[in-house]
Amino acid sequence: MSLEIKNLLVNVDGHEILKGIDLVINPGEVHSIMGPNGSGKSTLAQVLARRDAYHVTEGSVAFNGKDLLEMKPEEAACEGVFLAFQYPVEIPGISNAYFLRSALNAQRKFRGEEEMDAMDFLPFFREKLKLLEMDEKLMNRSLNEGFSGGEKKRNEVLQMSILEPKLAVLDETDSGLDIDALRIVANGVNALRSPERSFLVVTHYQRLLNYIKPDFVHVLVDGRIMRSGGPELALELEDKGYGWIEQEAAAL
Amino acid sequence: MVATSTQDLGIHLENFTDFQRQAAGRNLPWLRKIREDGFARFAEVGFPTTRDEDWRFTSVAPIARTQFRLPGKALVHLPPAELKSWQIEGSAARLVFVNGRYAPELSRADAVPKGVAVTSLREQIEGHSDQLSKQLARYAQVERDAFVALNTAFLEDGAYVHVKRGVVVEAPIHLLFVNSVDHLALMVHPRNLLVFDDQSQATVVEEYASLGAGVVLSNSVTELLAGDDAHVSHYLIEREHKEAFNVSTLRIQQGRTANVASHSFLLGGGLVRNNVHPVLGGEGGECLINGLFVGSGKQHLDNYMHVEHASPHCSSRQFYNGILDDTAHGVFHGRIVVHKDAQKTDAKQTNRNLLLSDGAQIDTKPQLEIYADDVKCTHGATIGQIDENALFYLRSRGMSEAEARQLLLLAFASECAERMRPGAARIYVEELLREHLLRFREASRRSGLETGERNVEEVG
Repeated sequence: MSLEIKNLLVNVDGHEILKGIDLVINPGEVHSIMGPNGSGKSTLAQVLARRDAYHVTEGSVAFNGKDLLEMKPEEAACEGVFLAFQYPVEIPGISNAYFLRSALNAQRKFRGEEEMDAMDFLPFFREKLKLLEMDEKLMNRSLNEGFSGGEKKRNEVLQMSILEPKLAVLDETDSGLDIDALRIVANGVNALRSPERSFLVVTHYQRLLNYIKPDFVHVLVDGRIMRSGGPELALELEDKGYGWIEQEAAAL
Repeated sequence: MVATSTQDLGIHLENFTDFQRQAAGRNLPWLRKIREDGFARFAEVGFPTTRDEDWRFTSVAPIARTQFRLPGKALVHLPPAELKSWQIEGSAARLVFVNGRYAPELSRADAVPKGVAVTSLREQIEGHSDQLSKQLARYAQVERDAFVALNTAFLEDGAYVHVKRGVVVEAPIHLLFVNSVDHLALMVHPRNLLVFDDQSQATVVEEYASLGAGVVLSNSVTELLAGDDAHVSHYLIEREHKEAFNVSTLRIQQGRTANVASHSFLLGGGLVRNNVHPVLGGEGGECLINGLFVGSGKQHLDNYMHVEHASPHCSSRQFYNGILDDTAHGVFHGRIVVHKDAQKTDAKQTNRNLLLSDGAQIDTKPQLEIYADDVKCTHGATIGQIDENALFYLRSRGMSEAEARQLLLLAFASECAERMRPGAARIYVEELLREHLLRFREASRRSGLETGERNVEEVG
C-alpha cells in the first residue's frame, strides 16, 4: 500500500483548513500526525475517508496509484482505507454484529469474494472480540448505542481488525481512554501491523505513541506540516508543547 | 355539526334501506336498534370536516363525495393462490374475509386450543345472538365518531373471537380482510368482536389488503375486551393499494391488571385513518400502543390515539414512528385523558418522524387532559431527516449509499419491531417491514439531504 498526498488544499464551509499538505506513506509504515486543536488533523483524516463536506480545492491524493479523490466513501473503504472515527456514530436499531457482517460482506462483494454467512462469520468474529477484550453481549446491542467512550473506541478497532484495511487512519482513537483501554486498543492495532499495511495515527498527545511505535512523526499546525521527524519529535512536543511551533506558523 | 346539503346522504340512505331489508339478523330487535341508532347518528352529523378538531389535519372530502355501494349478495371467489403472500407461518387460525364477507372455503381454525372460539360475526348473529347482544357495540360509541356510526349502521360480518378464562393461545389468530374491487366504488364495514376472558392470553393479527385496483372504503371497527389479568397482543397491518380509503377503529376495554399491546402498521392505502382508543378501566392495567406508518407518493396516513385512564395505577405507553417521502402527509394525534380518580397514572407518548423529502409533511399533536392530581404524563415528538453522520459512517465501512439508507430506514422501523413480543406474528411483521422498506423508493434516490433534527420535548 502506498499513499501519496501532494499539495493538498481543503476548504470547509468557506474556510481553508488544509493549506498544502505533502505526505508519502510507504507500505508497512506507521506515521503519526500530531498537532494542537484546530490544526486540521481530523480534516485530513476525513478527506482520506472521502467525506464530501470537505472540498479539495487543490492537490492530489494517490492511493496505490489510484486517484483517491475520485472515490466515494464506500469505494475508498473497499479499496482498503479505514477511518477509526474520533466520535463513532450511535445507530439504534442496527445490531453491532449485523452491521459488522454487512460491512465485511459489502467489501468482499466488491473484491469479488463470496459473502460470509452468519455461521462462518461467528468464529472469525469471536477471535477478534477476544483480541480486544470485548464482551460478546455487546455485539447484540445496537451499534455504539449506550457504549462508553472506551467501548466505542474499542469497537472502532474491532471493525478495523475485521475489515483488515490496507491503510488505517486513527483519528484521536486515544482521546478519553484510560490506560487499560489504551493498552487494549494499542494491542489491537499492533496485532494488525504487517509489512503491507500502513497506519496514519492522528493524535493530540504523545501517550499513544508509547504503545504504537511510529516510524515518522509530523506536526500539523494551521493546515501545514511544520516539522517531520522520528519518534523523538513526539517526545520533544510532549516536553515543550505546541506553542513554539505555533509561533513559527503564525510568522508565515 | 349537522349534515348539510354539501354532503349527500342519498346514497347512504338508499344503501341503508336495502341493507336493513336483507341483512343477517334483521329480525333481531336489539340488532335493528343498534343499526338504526348508528345510521341516525351518521345522518345527524355526516362525515367530519377539517373544522372538527379531531379531523383538523385530515380531509375526508374524497370519501364524502364518492358514491359508494355495498358489496352485492354474490360471493366473490378468490383462488387460494391469490392469498399466499398473506400467510402467517404457524398461525392458530386464519379467517379470510372477501369484501367484508366471511369466506369459509379460504379459512381455517384447526389449531386453536379448547376454550377458544374463532368464527364470523355473521354466524354469531345467526346462531348465538343472546350472548352477542350483551357485548356487541357496547364500547365503540357511535357518538364519538361518524365512521363508527356508519360501521355500526352496516354491521353484519367480521370476526368473532372468544378466549375463555385462563386459556392461553400461543400461536396468532390471523384475520385477513381482502378487498377485491374492479370498477364500482365499494364500501365495506368489517366489525370485529374480540373477547378475552380473565387470565387468558392471545395474539390477534388484523390485516387489510386489496386486490384489483378499484376504489374501496374499508371502514372497520374492532371492539377488544380484555378481562382481568388478560394478556393480549393486537396487530393491525394495513397494506391496501393506493386507491383505497382505510379507516379503522380499535376500541380496547381493559380490566384489572390486564395487559394489552396494540401494534399498528400503516403501509398502504391512499387516505388512511387509524383510531386506537383504549380505556384502562381496572386498577393496575398496562397498555402499549406501538405503531409505524410509512408513506410515499400522495399517501395520507393519520394516526389518532385516544388513551383513557379511568382507574388508578395504570400505565400507558405510546410509541409511534413515521417515515414519509415524496408528498406523503402523516398525522399523529395523541390524546391522553386522565380521569379524576385515576391517581398514579403513568402515561408516556413519543412520536418520532423521519421526513425524506421537502414535500413530505407531518402534523404531530399531543393533547393531555388531566383531571387527577398525582400523575406522571410525558410526551415528546421529533422530526428529522436521515442522519448524514450515520450515513457517512456506514458508507465509510464499505456499504453503498443505497444500502446504507435502507439500513437506516430499517433501523428506524426496528424500534417498533423490538416492542413486539417474540413469536410468529413478530416474525411475520419484521419480514413484511423489511420487504416494504427495501422496495421503498427513497433508498436509492437522493443524496445531499439537509441534516439536522428539530426537537420538541415537553413534560406535562
